[in-house]
Amino acid sequence: MAVTDFGSAKKTPPIRPPFEMKVVKSGNIGEIQRPLSLWEQITSITAVRRIAILIFLALVWQLYALYINNPLMIPTFSATAAAFWQALLHDNLLGMVFVSVSVLLKGYAVGIICAAVLTTLAVSTRIGLDFLATLTSMFNPLPAIALLPIALLWFGLGETSLIFVLVHSVLWPLALNTLSGFMAVSDTLRMCGRNYGLAGLRYVIRILIPAALPSIITGLKIGWAFAWRTLIAAELVFGVSSSSGGLGWFIFVSKNELLIANVFAGLGTVILIGLLVENVVFRFIEEKTVGRWGMVR
Amino acid sequence: MQAQVMSLKSGVGALDERETTPNTLPPHARAELPAPLLKVSDVTLQYKTKKHLVTATYQVSFEVHEADRFVLLGPSGCGKSTLLKGVAGFLSPVAGEIHLRGRRVSKPGPDRMMVFQEFDQLLPWKTVKQNVMFPLAMAGKLNARETQERAEYYVEKVGLSKFADVYPHMLSGGMKQRVAIARAMAMEPDILLMDEPFAALDALIRRRMQEELLRLWDDVRFTVLFVTHSIEEALIVGNRILVLSPHPGQVKAELNAHEYSVSDLGSNGFQSLHQKIQDMLFADRIEETRHGSN
Repeated sequence: MAVTDFGSAKKTPPIRPPFEMKVVKSGNIGEIQRPLSLWEQITSITAVRRIAILIFLALVWQLYALYINNPLMIPTFSATAAAFWQALLHDNLLGMVFVSVSVLLKGYAVGIICAAVLTTLAVSTRIGLDFLATLTSMFNPLPAIALLPIALLWFGLGETSLIFVLVHSVLWPLALNTLSGFMAVSDTLRMCGRNYGLAGLRYVIRILIPAALPSIITGLKIGWAFAWRTLIAAELVFGVSSSSGGLGWFIFVSKNELLIANVFAGLGTVILIGLLVENVVFRFIEEKTVGRWGMVR
Repeated sequence: MQAQVMSLKSGVGALDERETTPNTLPPHARAELPAPLLKVSDVTLQYKTKKHLVTATYQVSFEVHEADRFVLLGPSGCGKSTLLKGVAGFLSPVAGEIHLRGRRVSKPGPDRMMVFQEFDQLLPWKTVKQNVMFPLAMAGKLNARETQERAEYYVEKVGLSKFADVYPHMLSGGMKQRVAIARAMAMEPDILLMDEPFAALDALIRRRMQEELLRLWDDVRFTVLFVTHSIEEALIVGNRILVLSPHPGQVKAELNAHEYSVSDLGSNGFQSLHQKIQDMLFADRIEETRHGSN
């Protein structure tokens, strides 16, 4: 008080007379809610907005390529689309996609199983936790493709080597995300589960996995992306590692033959499959689970 | 029984003279009673933080009988929640024993269903009805149809039939707590353990939930061990109140509150008991120092 005179004039609120009022019935107010306009409804669909962005990017690409006018450097979008169509019809592009995806799925599945075993051990025992933590910090930063030379040495040219590398690209990010998801499960939910008499594997499956599902799905997405790029890289570099060749092999061969539109078509296919898996498969899984349960926005 | 109540109400002095010899109860509780449902004998509980070993309760004893609404009351730091976790089996006592129906409590189990304060105690991936069914299904005591029927019955009991197929994230806090109570009751456990279940609710809802709990009790006559730091809530909800002192939790008194419910909020008896407990909780520590020296 003595230091400043901010408080010297004490404010007092004025005293006003009290009153009560009758609330107007909602029927008399008029419209409380009305449907959005068609434009608002359409633009609120995520898929519509995303496709609009894709169309915009394709348009920019087309115009730029026309401006450059050098099909050896940048073929136009329309030329790429035509090449894509031709490859689909005549060059067995679909078959190559199938080869790549089937190898990928095998590696992905084995990676998921390994991650499930390791994380279950990690949540059940302390030594298991230390084991997984050490392994993930060792292998997660290591690019899986760097293991390919070793894999080729051990397993020879062929699918096994690819799967070995793919497992590495899926396992560590998935295990890391799953583990951090398990760790983030609230004490209350844990106590609930134990209160019901759940223990061991039943506790992991019934409580921890669903409670950690948002993180697990994130891990699966990251694992998918890592595996996909590892596979394409492996096929590109060591093209003939799979007898029939995959998408990477298609890109590699097209580049050697200076069919640049085909290279772009191959890259486009890689991107297209990535988009499809991310926006259709994973989105569907999310909507049916964590989205419905209100665990993510 | 009535005389006992009178002597209790007549003064706190008599309570202060209680014995602390192990395995004996305070004199007032030694009347002829049926075997208790829950017997907590000289329980000392400790838990570890990063730097300390904290003694939460020291030689706490009490007995809960069938159909009791037994309240553990005390300021924060009196170890009442820790005590409840001990009864639930999440924490083993370093000294003393906890017996439920004569069996020693050693691990968590569905015979003691817990209702927590936190709203996230419901499984978000299950609907209201599935949440109530889940522990029943896990216990495997009933077949699928009975499980379903029992769940529907208890969901209806807490007035949430309309929301049976809704996921928890669509519910308000009060509704979530009601589901948690229905879920615990559906198991028809030996004892319900409630850890400040209404503490996170706003005052109006809280009062309504207290009334509802009493109504449910009147209906089903379950046994409940209820933790709260609100004297008012203790008086409304409980028929018997264990008053605990803080750091570490020790029994200060065991009082009767069976006469009071929500309708007695303003009454003289209610107010004076409220005042008495308040004085007890904020009393100077002379008694505690004497206690500590022996």
